[in-house]
Amino acid sequence: MYVAVKGGERAIENAHAFLADERRGDRSVADLSVAQIREQLALAVNRVMAEGSLYDPDLAALAIKQARGDLIEAIFLIRAYRTTLPRFGATEPVDTGAMDCIRRISATFKDAPGGQVLGPTFDYTHRLLDFKLMAERDTPPAPDAEPQAEAMPHIMEFLNKDGLIEAEAHSNSQPSDLTRVPLELPASRALRLQSLARGDEGFLLGLAYSTQRGYARNHAFVGELRIGTCSIAMEVPELGFSVEIGEVTLTECETVNQFKGSKTEPAQFTRGYGLVFGQTERKAISMALVDRALRWRELGEEDAGAPTQDEEFVLSHCDNIQATGFLEHIKLPHYVDFQSELELVRRLRAGASAARSEALE
Amino acid sequence: MSEYTFAYLDEQTKRMIRRALLKAVAIPGYQVPFASREMPMPYGWGTGGVQVTAACLVPDDVLKVIDQGADDTTNAVSIRKFFQRTAGVATTEATAVATIIQTRHRIPETPLTDGQILVYQVPIPEPLRFLEPRETETRKMHALQDYGLMHVKLYEDIARHGEIATAYAYPVAVEGRYVMDPSPIPKFDNPKLSDSPALQLFGAGREQRIYALPPYTRVVSLDFEDYPFAPTKAAQNCALCGASESYLDEVIIDDAGGRMYVCSDTDYCATRRGLGHRGAEG
Repeated sequence: MYVAVKGGERAIENAHAFLADERRGDRSVADLSVAQIREQLALAVNRVMAEGSLYDPDLAALAIKQARGDLIEAIFLIRAYRTTLPRFGATEPVDTGAMDCIRRISATFKDAPGGQVLGPTFDYTHRLLDFKLMAERDTPPAPDAEPQAEAMPHIMEFLNKDGLIEAEAHSNSQPSDLTRVPLELPASRALRLQSLARGDEGFLLGLAYSTQRGYARNHAFVGELRIGTCSIAMEVPELGFSVEIGEVTLTECETVNQFKGSKTEPAQFTRGYGLVFGQTERKAISMALVDRALRWRELGEEDAGAPTQDEEFVLSHCDNIQATGFLEHIKLPHYVDFQSELELVRRLRAGASAARSEALE
Repeated sequence: MSEYTFAYLDEQTKRMIRRALLKAVAIPGYQVPFASREMPMPYGWGTGGVQVTAACLVPDDVLKVIDQGADDTTNAVSIRKFFQRTAGVATTEATAVATIIQTRHRIPETPLTDGQILVYQVPIPEPLRFLEPRETETRKMHALQDYGLMHVKLYEDIARHGEIATAYAYPVAVEGRYVMDPSPIPKFDNPKLSDSPALQLFGAGREQRIYALPPYTRVVSLDFEDYPFAPTKAAQNCALCGASESYLDEVIIDDAGGRMYVCSDTDYCATRRGLGHRGAEG
């Protein structure tokens, strides 16, 4: 006898309870605190803040805990929460040249004012599992030194002085806001960068990698990669002047790319740009490479037909919350559509077999 | 509940959506871009419909939510609970009693009436999408009313299969102008789109599009004179209520592949059984 799908409500409630129980795991193991996640899984927290488009390490850590470590799920929690927040205004443009850097490297110059600063990087670690971390022993503090007083100007500006790299067009126009206005294509570079900044790290990494392997190759060097804190200032209308309201950690990547010149332009270097919340180096570099590839039209380059040059392809598919939602929705019931297809296929098969037996007679 | 704005979305967002809805009603079948928000349920699970419903709801509305025609499928339950929690509105399973019905993949069997709003959840609002993947191109095609590609596709179906091989999300023309995707309803439901006394609103959250059919809009399923459109359903009657005119789900009931056919519209089926109608297994 047919058992109706009644009881959906109770099934959902029980599934939620089961999920919460699994999230907690073995009760003989200590519960993980949000502060522990924030401090000790900081790079996961950074990714959630960057792709969630919300700078709040505590909430990102909470989201990671709630999502059982599924970062895309955590990003989704942050995005949904972000929708509910009132918008008071926009900050002043951030001066990344005045960043307090914990890391700043250039692959194009051996040295530059401010020097090369490695900072907390995996780069030269040997990827050997450190079994000492399994024993719960505390890590000794790193050696300390006075912060250097020397300024760290953007390295790309040295090339700019000689006209060797394209100058960025200055503009005071108000960029459109991807989260407030529906994206229409073709999009401005500002909108593209907004979209890439919150785009999926894995997707952008794959696209950027494909450009390196020849699908719209753009010969990128890391002109400068810097990570550090920038102060955020906002003009408060009641006061009439801007006030510093806090600081954020940012990763900025500027690439130097070859440009052979065109009929009207002499040869010079061109730029790709990446700017992401938190220490998110892989993402920032990927973003810069993809940004540069998307600029082919503006720079008068050839359309190589590569995916990374295709603005509509990249921007329509880089958001992991959109992608995962639509991908996973095929788990939802589709009985009705499937039923209509069943009938269609049966009808087509009946037609085909009738035609076949006719042919045999 | 006091920790949320009524129906979850803040008033500015609702105003933005209502403006898009007004434009959509003014240009039937035209896809209006809107700044879709991230909702607390995933894209692809009805966020467009949820935002449209949130923008339309008033406190004395009576809401019905169905998925696959049924009130008790998991996602329908989840969306209904969402509005119970954030808007505190009354809910119902009775089509005739509801003032707003949010649906996924079906139009209720019970004819809709004046003043009702039917909100569709739409995954891919662009009827030309699988013929031309680029939005920049399809918008041009709509602007120029250039629907040749669609007619060629339908013709090729007939040449290859002897009939138009689209069983759901069957494209329609609205008032002789825009070709529109009716959302993935079975083509059995297509005739109900036309001349409906109810206001029909379509929300696609991920794709950031809203479109609409004002009451009594003429909606024609695309076809050819010699291959006219025909709505189809399983040949059987409902095993529970005996209905011969309603869309049926096929349910596998035993290991030997035994099947029974039951109404996909659970309210319609229950109402008929309440009136004493019985099918073979009812």
